[in-house]
Amino acid sequence: MNPDPAKPLAIRLQSCAKTFDTGVRALEPMDLAIDAGETLVLLGPSGCGKTTTLRLIAGLERPDPGGKVFFDDREVTRESIEKRNVGMVFQSYALFPNMTVAENIGYGLRIRRVPAAGQRARVSEMLSMMRIEPLADRRVDQISGGQRQRVALARALAVQPRALLLDEPLTSLDAQLRETLRVEINLLLRRLGITTVYVTHDQTEAMALGDRIIVMSHGRVAQTGTPREIYHHPASAFVADFIGTMNRLPGELVGGRFQCACGSLPWSGGNGDIRELLFRPEDVRIADDGEDADLSGTVAAAFFVGDRTRVLVDAAGSQLVAESPARCTLQVGQAVRLRVDARGLLAL
Amino acid sequence: MTTSRFLFTLQLAFTLAVCAFLVVPVVLSMLAGLTANYLVGLSSGLTLRWVIEVWSGYRDTIFLSLGISVACLAVTLALGVPTAYLLARSRNRLARLIEELLVLPVAMPGLATALALIVTYGVYRGFRTSWTFILVGHVLFTLAFMVRSVLAVLSAIDLKTLEEGAASLGARFGQRFFHIVLPNCRNGILAGSLMVVTLSMGEFNMTWLLHTPYTKTLPVGLADAYASLRLEIGSAYTLIFFLMIIPLLLGLQALSRPRPSRFIPDDSDPTAENRP
Repeated sequence: MNPDPAKPLAIRLQSCAKTFDTGVRALEPMDLAIDAGETLVLLGPSGCGKTTTLRLIAGLERPDPGGKVFFDDREVTRESIEKRNVGMVFQSYALFPNMTVAENIGYGLRIRRVPAAGQRARVSEMLSMMRIEPLADRRVDQISGGQRQRVALARALAVQPRALLLDEPLTSLDAQLRETLRVEINLLLRRLGITTVYVTHDQTEAMALGDRIIVMSHGRVAQTGTPREIYHHPASAFVADFIGTMNRLPGELVGGRFQCACGSLPWSGGNGDIRELLFRPEDVRIADDGEDADLSGTVAAAFFVGDRTRVLVDAAGSQLVAESPARCTLQVGQAVRLRVDARGLLAL
Repeated sequence: MTTSRFLFTLQLAFTLAVCAFLVVPVVLSMLAGLTANYLVGLSSGLTLRWVIEVWSGYRDTIFLSLGISVACLAVTLALGVPTAYLLARSRNRLARLIEELLVLPVAMPGLATALALIVTYGVYRGFRTSWTFILVGHVLFTLAFMVRSVLAVLSAIDLKTLEEGAASLGARFGQRFFHIVLPNCRNGILAGSLMVVTLSMGEFNMTWLLHTPYTKTLPVGLADAYASLRLEIGSAYTLIFFLMIIPLLLGLQALSRPRPSRFIPDDSDPTAENRP
């Protein structure tokens, strides 16, 4: 069942589609290869099929006829989840209310009939790894959300699963805790080197954790790539909008420059029928007085977010977002000129 | 200050009045069972004569009632808990319909259910004259209470995800059912058991039609005693009923308190500061 726990698992989906009994097509036929030891993030809005994909890998759903799931080279399509030896963490944690924290963590070992001494040793090890030793004999309704998430992770990892599957594990936590736990999970996954599939709708989480991200939309893969590729080279308008903020400027190419209503931008990305250029807020800045600028407009709003100011500029009908240093003092209605970093320009 | 004291006195008086309303008839009835002559009153002296008379005349009805209620509990547990589990797992229209149908015997007059049973099964003489005929009626009547109270507890927890969590750790169906499902609906099972035992023990109007002279239960015997014997004997009968049912109820109540935990790893340090 578990040939070599030390060796990470490679997972492969082969034309896996999923149609529910209600007739709803949750997932279009999908091919997916997850390398051994890789952290793959499935990212997308709700209803995009990311959780269904995870449940297919886990064995909680069966693919429509024709779809196959492989763990390394072995086909496991017909194998139920209890035989697949995967660790699973749920959004609602799914901790057993009838057991203490320690009993929850030791449950998988109890099922595997590990001797009592071995169970205790492993449970203690997991408790100290997640830094929750004092909670060992608390009931699960006596601990906080962040602590529950740690218990859920410890429980999934205690049995040394061949892969770790996480379904929106941080969604029910508050922002600050989410950030702390995200860093912790990241360090943990790097250290363990375990094959991980992480489902989230939060692009910050996806960028921070993923070796590779699969952006999904309406049951299909919209784009696959590293966080940098996805952020800087989105394959579609959907991906561009879903990952961070993207400025879109309509216009046309005239003699090597992109002309638009509020100015012009340098373009060296080749000719072709380009009607729109895209760029990130961090590639636009407010030009100083006397400096050359590409675009002009008026300040529509400025949001101070602490480490910087996000400026909304009305540029001849187009709403552009620019990032400014925190200490800038812009007034609404003030005329501004913008400089765009040419390296950040994209055409789809 | 005076108003609040006045209000307190009023509330206390009201509470005591309600308690008296509930308890006084019970106490009077039990006292009547111990009075030498009810018409003369307590001045005639206290006696255990009536209790002994009931015990010698109706002992078998008491044991039959105990037996039937325990058997009824066993059957409703075996049928009701898996039914509640299946209903909780499939929240569709058929499940709702079954849930409603289960309540039907409760809503119908007991006499009607009893008549239906007699019409349907009365021809099987061996069955008709055995105590299991009464048991069937009691199970019909009490099953809904078991299913409902277990279902209420199961619906309040995310059963599906809990089971998926257990399955991901390698637990097969049987292990999940006994480790996760049953312990988590423990309170529902206890509450249901309490209802089933007390209802079966005190069930009269259905049993009145289902019983034969050889399968008289305690409430049927009680009616018999009130109708044909001295009032003191009937009251002594009530006294015995209370002596049986109250320890049972207290026991079940005590069981439903939360249990302490067992598993404590040896090197945990409860005083250590926990990280946020």
